[in-house]
Amino acid sequence: MAPLLRIGCGSGFSGDRIDAPGPVVDALIAAGGPAALMLEVLGERTLALAQRDRRANPDGGYEPALEALLRPILARCAAHGIPIVTNGGAANPRGAAKAVLRLARELGLPGLRVAVVEGDDVRGTDALDDLQPWEGDEGAVLDPAQVIAANVYLGAAPIAEALRGGAQVVITGRAADPALALGPMIAHFGWAEDDWNRLAAGTACGHLLECGSQVTGGYFADPGFKDVPGMHEIGFPIAEMEADGGFTITKPPGTGGVVDLRTVKEQLLYELHDPAAYLTPDVTLDITGITLAEDGPDRVRVTGARGTPRPERLKATVSLPGGWLGEGEISYAGPNARARAELAGRTLRDRLPMLGIGGRVRVDLIGVVSVFDGDAGILGDTSLTADPADLRLRLAVATETKEEAERAAREVLSLLCCGPAGGGGARTRVVDRIRTLSFMVPRERVHPRVTMLALGDAA
Amino acid sequence: MSDMVEIPLHRLAHARAGDKGNRLNIGLFAYYPEAWPLIAGQVTEERVLALFAHRGAARVRRYELPKLDGFNFVIDDVLQGGVNGALNLDGHGKTLSFRLLGLTLRVPEALAERAGP
Repeated sequence: MAPLLRIGCGSGFSGDRIDAPGPVVDALIAAGGPAALMLEVLGERTLALAQRDRRANPDGGYEPALEALLRPILARCAAHGIPIVTNGGAANPRGAAKAVLRLARELGLPGLRVAVVEGDDVRGTDALDDLQPWEGDEGAVLDPAQVIAANVYLGAAPIAEALRGGAQVVITGRAADPALALGPMIAHFGWAEDDWNRLAAGTACGHLLECGSQVTGGYFADPGFKDVPGMHEIGFPIAEMEADGGFTITKPPGTGGVVDLRTVKEQLLYELHDPAAYLTPDVTLDITGITLAEDGPDRVRVTGARGTPRPERLKATVSLPGGWLGEGEISYAGPNARARAELAGRTLRDRLPMLGIGGRVRVDLIGVVSVFDGDAGILGDTSLTADPADLRLRLAVATETKEEAERAAREVLSLLCCGPAGGGGARTRVVDRIRTLSFMVPRERVHPRVTMLALGDAA
Repeated sequence: MSDMVEIPLHRLAHARAGDKGNRLNIGLFAYYPEAWPLIAGQVTEERVLALFAHRGAARVRRYELPKLDGFNFVIDDVLQGGVNGALNLDGHGKTLSFRLLGLTLRVPEALAERAGP
C-alpha cells in the first residue's frame, strides 16, 4: 500500500500572505515522505483581469506575485522532491512557466522541470456553441462578440499526468481549486478515474485546503466566542491523505492559528450549495456522510466523503464588460453628524439627475448601516442609531461610461465646499467592471494539454 | 421543563458566508448539540428569507447536516449583482453571516446560562 501523501497549501487567494508557504514547506520536509505543495491564487474576477493584462502585454496575464511566492521555497521544494502545483498561470500559463524557469536559472536550478496545463481557455472555440445555463444564471444569453474571457474549469487528470511525467512545478490556468490537491493524490495513489469515493475524498480534502488559512483559524476569530492564537503568524494547512481516502487536516508545528472541529466545519461548507451534490470536473461530491474527529492538538480527521459520477458537462465562466463604477466617500463627525451626512446624501441624489446621470445609485451611512443594507436603503431609513460620533457617507453609482462615473464621483468631492458643514476626508474611485456568467459546456469539446518546458524555453 | 428565555443566535452558533455569482450560502453550526434542534425549529427558511428580503432575496433553501451540528442556507438573488456587479461595499456578502447570527432564539434557561462567553 502506498504511504500517505502530505499536501500543503501555501496560498488561498490572489492577495494572500507572501510568506505563508515557508513554514508549510519546512514542515513537509521535516515530516519526510511523499508531499506536494499547492498555491491557489485564481478567482473568477482575477482571471478576467489577467485576460485583459495579457491582451495589453502578451508576456503578462499570469499571477503577479508568483515569483515572490516561489522565490523563498523553490530550491528547497526541488531539493526534497516536493512538487508545486499552482493555478497562477491565470490567462497565460506558458508566460508564467517562462518566468519560473528564469527564476530557476537565477537560483541555480537549471534542470527544473516545469509543466503547463492549457486548454481551459475556450474563447472563440466550438465549446461555446453548445451552452447550457449554470444553475443561478438561467436565461443568460451570450453575445460572442462581447466575450473578454471564457475559461473552463479543468479537473485533476492533466495535473496528475504532468506529475507522472516528472514535473517539479505544474502551472495551470483555470482549474477547479480542489484539483490542485487531487492531481497529486491521483499521481501518487493511482486512483482510477471512476473511483468515485476516493476522488470525492480527495476533492473534499482539496476543498478544505484551497482557501489556505480559512481551515486553520483564518476568517474565523470572534473574540470571546472563537479565539485564535497567533493570527499574525497563522500556519497554513497540511493534509495527510491515506490510500483509502481518509485524511487528517493539520498545520505546521510552532505556527499560529488553530485546527479544530469548528474551523473544519466552517470551511467544509464554504461556497458550497447542495451538500449532497457539489459538482466538480472530477466527481460529484456528497459531504452529508462526513464525520469529523479531533485527533490530537490541531489535528482533525475527516472520513466518509462519498462520490457519484462526475457531471457530463464542464463549468465555464465567461467574462463580459460590466460598465463602470463611480464611488465617493466623505466623513462627518461630532454633534448632529448623522443629520449632516443624511443631508449630504440627499444633496447627491438631487444632483445626479441634474447632471443627466441615471443608472443604479446607492448611498451608505457607514457607521449607521452599510454592508447589511440593500441598495434601496431600507435598513438605513429605519435605523434608530441616534447620532453616531463618527461616520462616513458613501455614494456608489453604476454607469455605462467612464465619463459618467467620473462625474458622479466628483460630486462627492465637491461636497467639500458645497455640502453640509464639517465634511472632510473625501476620496473618490472610478473602476471599470467585468460581469461574469457561468455555463455548462460539452466535456468532449474541451481539450486539456500538458506540455513540459525546459530552460531553453525561458528565453 | 425549565423557563424559556430569548438570546441571540450568536451565543449558540457560529457561521461563515460564501458567494457564487448572485447566490450566497451561509454555513451555520451549533456550538452545543442540544442547540441544533432548537435552531432547526426556529431558524426556518421563511424567517431567513424575511431577514434578507430588503436585499431582494428570492428564495432560501435550508439543508440539514446533523453529523456536523450544522445547516447550510442557500439564499438566491441576495447579492444585488454579486462581486462583479453590486454597489454594496461588500459585494461578496461575506459580512452577512453575522446578520444571520443576529437573529434571536427562545431557548431553555439552562442552555442560555451555558451559552456564550
